[in-house]
Amino acid sequence: MSEAKPKAKVRAPKINHETKAFWDATAQGKLHVGKCDDCGEHYYYPRPLCPFCFSDKTRLALCSGNGVIYTYSVTMGKEPYTIAYVTLAEGPTILTNIVECDFDKLAIGQKVKVVFYDTGEGSAVPMFTVA
Amino acid sequence: MSIKGKAYIAGIYEHPTRVALGKTLPQLHAELAKGALADAGLSKDDIDAYYCAGDAPGMGGIDMVEYMGLNNVRQIDSTETGGSSYVLHVNHAAQAIAAGHCKVALITLAGRPAADAKEGVMFRMGGETPSSSGFEAPFRPSIVNMYAMCAQRHMYEYGTTSEQLAWIKVAASHHAQYNEHALRREVVTVEDVVNSPLVASPLHRYDCCVITDGGGAVIVVAPEIMKKLKRPAVKILGAGEAPKHLMGGKVDLTYSGARWSGPKAFEEAGVTQKDIKYASIYDSFTITVLETLEDLGFCEKGKGGKFVSDGNLISGVGKLPFNTDGGGLCSNHPGNRGGMTKVLEAVRQIRGEAHPKVQVPNCDIALAHGTGGLLGSRMGSATVILGNQDS
Repeated sequence: MSEAKPKAKVRAPKINHETKAFWDATAQGKLHVGKCDDCGEHYYYPRPLCPFCFSDKTRLALCSGNGVIYTYSVTMGKEPYTIAYVTLAEGPTILTNIVECDFDKLAIGQKVKVVFYDTGEGSAVPMFTVA
Repeated sequence: MSIKGKAYIAGIYEHPTRVALGKTLPQLHAELAKGALADAGLSKDDIDAYYCAGDAPGMGGIDMVEYMGLNNVRQIDSTETGGSSYVLHVNHAAQAIAAGHCKVALITLAGRPAADAKEGVMFRMGGETPSSSGFEAPFRPSIVNMYAMCAQRHMYEYGTTSEQLAWIKVAASHHAQYNEHALRREVVTVEDVVNSPLVASPLHRYDCCVITDGGGAVIVVAPEIMKKLKRPAVKILGAGEAPKHLMGGKVDLTYSGARWSGPKAFEEAGVTQKDIKYASIYDSFTITVLETLEDLGFCEKGKGGKFVSDGNLISGVGKLPFNTDGGGLCSNHPGNRGGMTKVLEAVRQIRGEAHPKVQVPNCDIALAHGTGGLLGSRMGSATVILGNQDS
């Protein structure tokens, strides 16, 4: 996993006791999804009860940081940005941004890898760039 | 228990304003209620049930029944599913009437986002959730890009084009030219739409609905009340509703909750897609219409682009006249919530009171569908099927 980039202008997530472990790990450059030890499903966003089988035997599972673009959209304006859903190698599809690449050359199915942006508040936001 | 034939829509009203400077939110709700009562030929004291959603101020129903001086209300329901709420409320009101809990139910929607913007008031979504606070907000989701991503995926999977999406706006604009209250009355072409500026790829400005103030109201009544009134009877034949969301990460943005609300409504009404003479389809964006038409079974999944092309949604031209008031794309999307106006135009069509240029001949059965929330994450879908007295 990559080091979190300093001084990036990113909106810090609001964190509560349910999401703290996830966000603490992002500051170390680690991306997790939820994993259910009863039904075996990986899921996102992480939450204490499995959204598939309602088991409480759940934990955070470390991700490789690799995925493919499921869909994306470039929002126009002074500083265009790309919002996307990325399907992780572990299964779940997650909302994110695609950064540090030519937006005109993006395509669904393209391989991407995670890159973290430090919020300066003890967390880093997982975004993706072309692999 | 079925609601079929157990309740009727007796009164409707759409606020003529599109920018409500000088009017407060509760005032708009009250003006709308008054308009719908006048249309039905009922009085305020006849109302014994009140329905509203998240647009109503304060505690919603409680505050509004006081403000409007509704003293005989014995049931309130403020189910909130975004812009689809009011289609769902028609269903809930019919259920309550069928169960004998009430006889005259009032539903109102009002909003003033255009006036708020001019007055510097920011639009805010409701309370915090894991999705809204941490796992989504940092990535700057907007209303437009959360629909644009659905269009992008639909194009990828099914070959849908921007030109096909544009036909939806073109059809709406053909209808809006006859609506004196429509915000945008100019007829546009496919070229106009695809050449309008990109807002969030692949959606252009003309793929997006208007932002307007005002609202609408509906009065749903028991059969014995309808018999005493002079207005044409609009029978509620069937309804369905369903939320749809991100499924724990098994995301599929190529369909909406209409996949579930539609079949339920058709089954209850005992009709098929071929029986629908007119359809009000929620049109926050062109892609919303396309996916909904597929999910409601008007065409095969993935064939929506072909279905909407060449004016197939234009009244008098195509096979499925839609949004003959100009819809949210051209006429009105009050309070950023378009479900109410979908019901209103379907009622006008059944009554034969749509503009003569867009009135569907012998419109005995019509459908109205609402999509609330975000097609790109979580939504509430609601479908209602209406008919005339003989249906």
